[in-house]
Amino acid sequence: MNSYKHPYKDVDFVIRHLLNFDAFCEQNKIADMNSDFTAVILAEAAKFATHQLDPLNQKGDLEHPILKDGKVIETPQFAAAYQEYVAQGWASLSASEEYGGQGLANLLSVACNEIWQSANMAFSLCPLLGQGAITAIERHGSEYLKEQYLAKLISGEWTGTMNLTEAAAGTDLAAIKTQAVYDDGQYKISGQKIFITWGDHQMAENIVHLVLARLPDAPAGMKGISLFVVPKYLANEQGEYNIENDVRCLSLEHKLGIHGSPTCVMSYGDNDGAIGYLVGEEHCGIRYMFSMMNHARQGVGVQGLGVSERAYQAALDYACERIQGSDKAGNALKIVQFGDVRRMLMAMKSGAEAMRALCYYAGLEADREQASNSSDEKAQFAAQTAFLTPVVKGWSTELTQEMVSFAMQVHGGAGYIEETGVAQYVRDARILTIYEGTTGIQALDFTQRKTLLDNAAQAQVMMEKIAQTCALNELDENVKKALNSALADAKQGVEYLLENPSQASFVANYYLQMWGYTIAGWLMAKAHLAATKELQIGAGDNDYLTTKQVSCEFYCEHFLVRTQACLASIRAGGDSVMSLTEEQFFSHVN
Amino acid sequence: MKVLVTVKRVIDYNVKVRVKSDNSGVDLNNVKMAMNPFCEIAVEEAIRLKEAGIATEVVAVSVGEKSCQEQLRTALALGADRAIHVEAEQELESLNVAKLLAKVVEAEQPGIVILGKQAIDTDNNQTGQMLSALTGMAQGTFASNIEIKDDKALVTREVDGGLQTIELAMPIIATTDLRLNEPRYASLPNIMKAKRKPLETKTVEELGVTIKEHTKLLSVTPPEERQAGIKVADVAELVDKLKNEAKVIG
Repeated sequence: MNSYKHPYKDVDFVIRHLLNFDAFCEQNKIADMNSDFTAVILAEAAKFATHQLDPLNQKGDLEHPILKDGKVIETPQFAAAYQEYVAQGWASLSASEEYGGQGLANLLSVACNEIWQSANMAFSLCPLLGQGAITAIERHGSEYLKEQYLAKLISGEWTGTMNLTEAAAGTDLAAIKTQAVYDDGQYKISGQKIFITWGDHQMAENIVHLVLARLPDAPAGMKGISLFVVPKYLANEQGEYNIENDVRCLSLEHKLGIHGSPTCVMSYGDNDGAIGYLVGEEHCGIRYMFSMMNHARQGVGVQGLGVSERAYQAALDYACERIQGSDKAGNALKIVQFGDVRRMLMAMKSGAEAMRALCYYAGLEADREQASNSSDEKAQFAAQTAFLTPVVKGWSTELTQEMVSFAMQVHGGAGYIEETGVAQYVRDARILTIYEGTTGIQALDFTQRKTLLDNAAQAQVMMEKIAQTCALNELDENVKKALNSALADAKQGVEYLLENPSQASFVANYYLQMWGYTIAGWLMAKAHLAATKELQIGAGDNDYLTTKQVSCEFYCEHFLVRTQACLASIRAGGDSVMSLTEEQFFSHVN
Repeated sequence: MKVLVTVKRVIDYNVKVRVKSDNSGVDLNNVKMAMNPFCEIAVEEAIRLKEAGIATEVVAVSVGEKSCQEQLRTALALGADRAIHVEAEQELESLNVAKLLAKVVEAEQPGIVILGKQAIDTDNNQTGQMLSALTGMAQGTFASNIEIKDDKALVTREVDGGLQTIELAMPIIATTDLRLNEPRYASLPNIMKAKRKPLETKTVEELGVTIKEHTKLLSVTPPEERQAGIKVADVAELVDKLKNEAKVIG
């Protein structure tokens, strides 16, 4: 199997030329930060990922974590890699400096996340979730919670988990049954949570579980759920965290992929109740969870980018080595010379680059929100971030399925055999459209909350940005034509939705995908512009820049055109989707 | 005691090297560059000497164009205290580099200078030895272990067929072999700190060295591509081919 190579030239191009990160740093007086320094940081992250995390990826797939005497034992060597990750300070990248973080831009955390996820998705889920716990406590926790937990979570000495799902409460969190009671000055939690990623392991000294539970006097539904911090180990009187809390892992799930990441059934309060600490106020848990949603969901979008890039690299190397057939002169042919293999390689290349442009763009929007001093501007950046989130998650992870499938296809029969490693990417990637809100949920969020609720105000903002790019004389004619056409489709899609809100749920996924292709297409058009400009200046890497232009053109011809099909299906509405009765679905077998 | 450690910017070892079409050299245009792996080992050894309390300061030095400051920053991120960049636009042969380094040694007065035994681009394996001759310092080359005891250094050298341990009087020049240590990764906080560490630039003129080239690179050619094999009918034909075509048996 080949080893991971950081696509540093494309990453640098996106940060430096597409997003103009230097101008952002200058405008916001972010001292000591620019594209050059970003490249230095990412190069070191990539070195670690390539040498330490990527080689463990297949190991995690083959040597699953096991549950032994109530303890989850993770894949061998994962603990050492995790401790090294912590020792090198990568866990603390974007967290606030007040608690030992490095306080770096969210964009850097997105770019690093791509690296970790490319190298080892199962492993990197652990720190990704820790990030959620950090944000929850940082934003909503009491001073006591911040003091006790933040520094250790930020350094990575402790890891964090998110406990939302229960057997009867998946997408519908209102159905949560886990109980919290206030007893003798403390909250005690009891109940069972499922699908808890990295719910237990031996890699860190302590695990901080964030748990959604219901207090006895809580109102019914979503507004009656509170958020608690439940540590695996509680502090003794000396402040040392060595008293076992009443929480344990009951069993591990047997999954299709991400085998290296233990998915736990967690049981709280089997004995006298797990001691928990309320985060913020009672009954506000769902609101707090929502405040972390942009970050968490975009993080999954970046996972899609990471695994797409990694699978592409595997396919590319294979296609350049594998010899099949020969030309008329009798020269052996590498499969990279065949048209259809080329098509798939280009699709993976262009698809991954489009995802990168989108994920990084959305990541910087969050920085813009953070950096802004005007409350109006802040609100606008926040609204754009919220608008982009379901697109980053729902579009990138769906496209990822196609990308990893191509990677397997390029490998032919060998790809279906586990030994090549590419099958693992297909299996691992499959979870991405499911967890942290399925694509269906992203599509509903996007149509209902992000389009209908604001009467398409944010969609309008995005359309104006795209129209501005389309109006530029220097934009390549073919790219302009393709982008204009997609923009017209998006406009009509928005109009249809506003006029037919009752159809929203039937057309939601098409609507979301249409926007995904369009926004990413806009960014690819901007990339084309930037590459052309750099070529004219003549000081850059001509080989890379010309390649980038071709990649953008391919995107227009092969991906951006998909908006037409999306729009056609949107316009068809829900008639054929909904016209069958449940019984009729069985008419071919009954 | 001060440690001086040298750092060379070379083509990244992962890059598939391409020779320029006119055979004038290796194509370095827009190619990923990195610290020479043997220099990484040298930097690591210097930092370990500091961590062990033997060295008090680690100074990294590099000779070359402006871009080699990137590699000096890496050395600073790994733990060097300060850096010296000797600016030289043209590619210098080893003797010129050694002469420039000798001037830096004269100014800095290090107790030990650690160099990579060779750079993976030119594979010359001579700068350390030349520096030793120019400075009159003892040399321990191909080191797989370095131990400092007061005014003596024990250097274990990787020689053909075994190890040789020599005792040298300080100050010394050491060149690193692969097994000396395993270089660390730069940590994020140290990368951040490295930005603020001093990096001093010196010119060839300032150091008072006259650059004189003694060798001229005539051509660089890639290895010949491997030819497809053939099937032989019998042992006699095989022997015949080995004898007359491959000329590997007499």
